[in-house]
Amino acid sequence: MTGKLIGTIAHRGAILVYIAFALFPLFWLLKVSVTPNDLLYSEGVRLWPSRSTFDHYHFVIENSAFPTFFKNSLIVASSTAFAVTVFSSLAGYALSRFRFRGKYVIIALMLITQMFPLVMLVAPIFKMLSPLGLTNSLTGLVIVYTAFNVPFATFLMQSFFDGIPKDLEEAAMIDGASRFTAFRQIILPLTLPGIAATLGFVFTAAWSELLFALMLISGNASATFPVGLLTFVSKFSVDFGQMMAAGVMALIPACLFFLLIQRYLVQGLTAGAVKG
Amino acid sequence: MSYHQVAGTRTGGKRPLRRFADAAEPWFYSAPVLVLIIAVMLVPLLLGLSYAFRDIQLLNPFSGGFVGLKHLKALSQDAAFYRALKNTLWWTGASVFLQFFFGLILALLLDKPFAGRGIAQALVFLPWAVPTFLAGLNWAWLFNPVIGPLPHWMVSLGLLSAPNNILADPQLAMWGPIIANVWWGIPFFAITLLAALQAIPRDLYEAAAIDGANPLQRFISITLPFLAPTIAITILLRTVWIANFADLIVVMTNGGPADRTQIVASYIFTQAFRRLDFGYASAIALVLLVLLLAYSMLIVVIRQRLIEKD
Amino acid sequence: MASIELHSVGKSYGDHPVLEGVDLNIDDGEFIVLVGPSGCGKSTLLRMIAGLEDITSGTLAIDGQRVNDLKPKDRDIAMVFQSYALYPHMSVAENMSYSLRLRRKSKEVIDAAVGSASQKLGLDPYLARRPKALSGGQRQRVAMGRAIVRKPKAFLFDEPLSNLDARLREQMRAEIKRMHAELGATSVYVTHDQIEAMTLASRIVAMNAGSVQQIGSPLELYDRPANLFVAGFIGSPGMNFLEGRLSQSNGVSEIVLSNGIQVSLGRHVARADGEMVTLGIRPEHVVAASSGTGVEAQVELVEPTGLGVILHLVVHGESFKLFSTDRMLMQAQGAIHVTLPQSRLHVFDKDGVRISEDDV
Ligand SMILES: Nc1ncnc2c1ncn2[C@@H]1O[C@H](COP(=O)(O)OP(=O)(O)OP(=O)(O)O)[C@@H](O)[C@H]1O
Ligand SMILES: [Mg+2]
Repeated sequence: MTGKLIGTIAHRGAILVYIAFALFPLFWLLKVSVTPNDLLYSEGVRLWPSRSTFDHYHFVIENSAFPTFFKNSLIVASSTAFAVTVFSSLAGYALSRFRFRGKYVIIALMLITQMFPLVMLVAPIFKMLSPLGLTNSLTGLVIVYTAFNVPFATFLMQSFFDGIPKDLEEAAMIDGASRFTAFRQIILPLTLPGIAATLGFVFTAAWSELLFALMLISGNASATFPVGLLTFVSKFSVDFGQMMAAGVMALIPACLFFLLIQRYLVQGLTAGAVKG
Repeated sequence: MSYHQVAGTRTGGKRPLRRFADAAEPWFYSAPVLVLIIAVMLVPLLLGLSYAFRDIQLLNPFSGGFVGLKHLKALSQDAAFYRALKNTLWWTGASVFLQFFFGLILALLLDKPFAGRGIAQALVFLPWAVPTFLAGLNWAWLFNPVIGPLPHWMVSLGLLSAPNNILADPQLAMWGPIIANVWWGIPFFAITLLAALQAIPRDLYEAAAIDGANPLQRFISITLPFLAPTIAITILLRTVWIANFADLIVVMTNGGPADRTQIVASYIFTQAFRRLDFGYASAIALVLLVLLLAYSMLIVVIRQRLIEKD
Repeated sequence: MASIELHSVGKSYGDHPVLEGVDLNIDDGEFIVLVGPSGCGKSTLLRMIAGLEDITSGTLAIDGQRVNDLKPKDRDIAMVFQSYALYPHMSVAENMSYSLRLRRKSKEVIDAAVGSASQKLGLDPYLARRPKALSGGQRQRVAMGRAIVRKPKAFLFDEPLSNLDARLREQMRAEIKRMHAELGATSVYVTHDQIEAMTLASRIVAMNAGSVQQIGSPLELYDRPANLFVAGFIGSPGMNFLEGRLSQSNGVSEIVLSNGIQVSLGRHVARADGEMVTLGIRPEHVVAASSGTGVEAQVELVEPTGLGVILHLVVHGESFKLFSTDRMLMQAQGAIHVTLPQSRLHVFDKDGVRISEDDV
């Protein structure tokens, strides 16, 4: 059985290599962010500095607009996640449960939106939003992000709804519920994993979006984290400790959210893949 | 039979109002999504297509007139665009291949049950949650010899002669964003392929094992054919997506050095954002869109052919 | 409680018809069982009555009122699904009370209704549990309980027992029968199980390929099947069919089978001499006779069933079955003699329609 043992060791070893590869950059970010400036160069390739400090974090929080960026991003990402989840649940339900003319038109429209370069929309969206006063505004960003994320989220939600037997809402309708009541009281509670997955996915996407935020937002007051971080980087491009401290702070909400929802996400994609 | 039917109800006798309400119901559910994607994606898309034939300068109030094919003509002479096109091929091809290859291996590793699989899975999928701009910055820092270990390690391994930043080296710069992209994109392939793997009926493997197939033969005769449809569709979607994906390049190299990492998508962004020339940017976007559509059609046709052959 | 009437009800999906011209009048308190091969449209018919499927043509009336356009929630009908369709996120009590809560009944009314239903079904110990923590039989009871708490106008059952094991199915079958006797509720019941159909039904509706073949009491369908389809579908093992030609001689009809054997019907059948007909006889009506009478048959196969024995027989190339509770036949081999009692013979014309005894 040594062959089997070697196989097992190779398997675990390979997994460890992947984990190391996945985590190393994040680890390095963390390491530099706690390295005092005077050790930065002398201990450049050491895995952990001989002395650590939170000074960079203090500096970033106190001397920059990061709290504002953080707040803005939080507002934008959670509003987007909420709006997308509501809209995509409704549409995903329609795609999953109704047979209607136009269903394939909707699917086709949504597929088209996944095909073309989003950068292409930068100019027209700017032109459309500015007369409405929605440039340089968080509301404008939320609307744009919601639209961008809704097609994928709808497909994701549809695959979750497809996994719930139709019998259940039929039973509810026979019990005396309207379709919408059955949807709210029976189907939605059973789709909580799907809702969690969608929320998390969209939150992360909205938290990360850079190009449109750069284009639509000018000035610190309504800048999101990516924009703020990038401006910060170009302004303080010598102070690595501070930049990485800022990076770590940008990372935390997205990673927390992801760790919370990742198993639902895998489950959702599984449901979709099994079907397709 | 002597019961009487209500006049004119041969077709089930549904009243018009009820008929309308029934037909409208799915539209109520999908209306918000439809309105959003039409207003914020499809209308701008059409507008954007029209910009390709107009003179649109953001800060110039006198711009906006039609210029016909002027942008497209200029584009056909634009050496930077052709370079960007070549770079796009290289960027997309290398990223997709490496993401797929390592993603498949990871999916196969995770398909086996073992203690701690849940945690391992969460950790290896974590890069996907990292905001792309941050992934870009992170890898740019790792490649920076002042602060990152990679140049020094590469020297030790004999890959580099001196600890320089490969992002500043015209020959090697493209590898920077590609590696960052692979790091960030492996989880996507791994998740999708893992999902497909778990849908393969286990008894097929058992049957094959009883028939005396070794693991490699089992992989080739069972796993691959089952994964093929997922692989095809995922690669198609991912290729299009990555060709359009400019964040990492904008953040890591901004197209430099000497335009060596400029891809079409980042070129569009540069034209729109830095030069504020929306007309020209839209013309480039139009060409990219046409190319991607042609590519997708080609793949779909090839796939259809293959299916019909079977 | 209510009557249900269907008048030339039809259903098609696009251009593909699945039900055609269904006429059925269900009286108040009746227990109707729908039987038929898989895919013949039983579930579709049931779901149309419930309001889950649109009615393409014809009229559906409940208590004399046309309800084609009524939503399921306004029809006041209860349904038990094959999958039970219990709400996984609600406890047993919540599952049963959901319909009453939707109707905003007071807490006392709800508690009383759930209490009496759960007592009737023996669900008292499980009221707080989620469906996941119940056995198949208990889930089935909850599904029944959910239907009875609100005293609907009618009950619909779509193969409610098919997921249970044989023993439990028998028990639940008796329970449904008892409940029907007690509540007297109009019921429509779909099943594949012959015994369920025979024991529960006040009338059976036999369906095939989207249309009704025969409606009648269980014994009517068994004794006087209207056509070849019903004859073959009802009863197990299925009826033997032997093709032949009618031959009339002085007032008595005979059938000459394709293998040359003549079977006298002992009566006159009002059909032309020489017409092609099908002779039917149930295996349990074929009699193993002492040698010297009847015809000689070769025993091909012996299948003991516990209760009795099924013999696969061949007479001059024509094969048919015999069922008997006579254990001696289990040792049968070689040749035996059989007779076909005249009173048990069914005759069908070339279109498969029964030639009735009174059709003189
Ligand atoms: N949504 C649909 N679209 C098209 N055809 C359908 C649809 N639903 C059912 N059918 C068809 O209608 C016919 C009747 O189906 P139905 O479910 O009523 O059969 P059934 O008698 O209940 O069968 P079973 O005994 O297997 O449950 C079948 O041929 C089926 O293929
Ligand atoms: Mg059915």
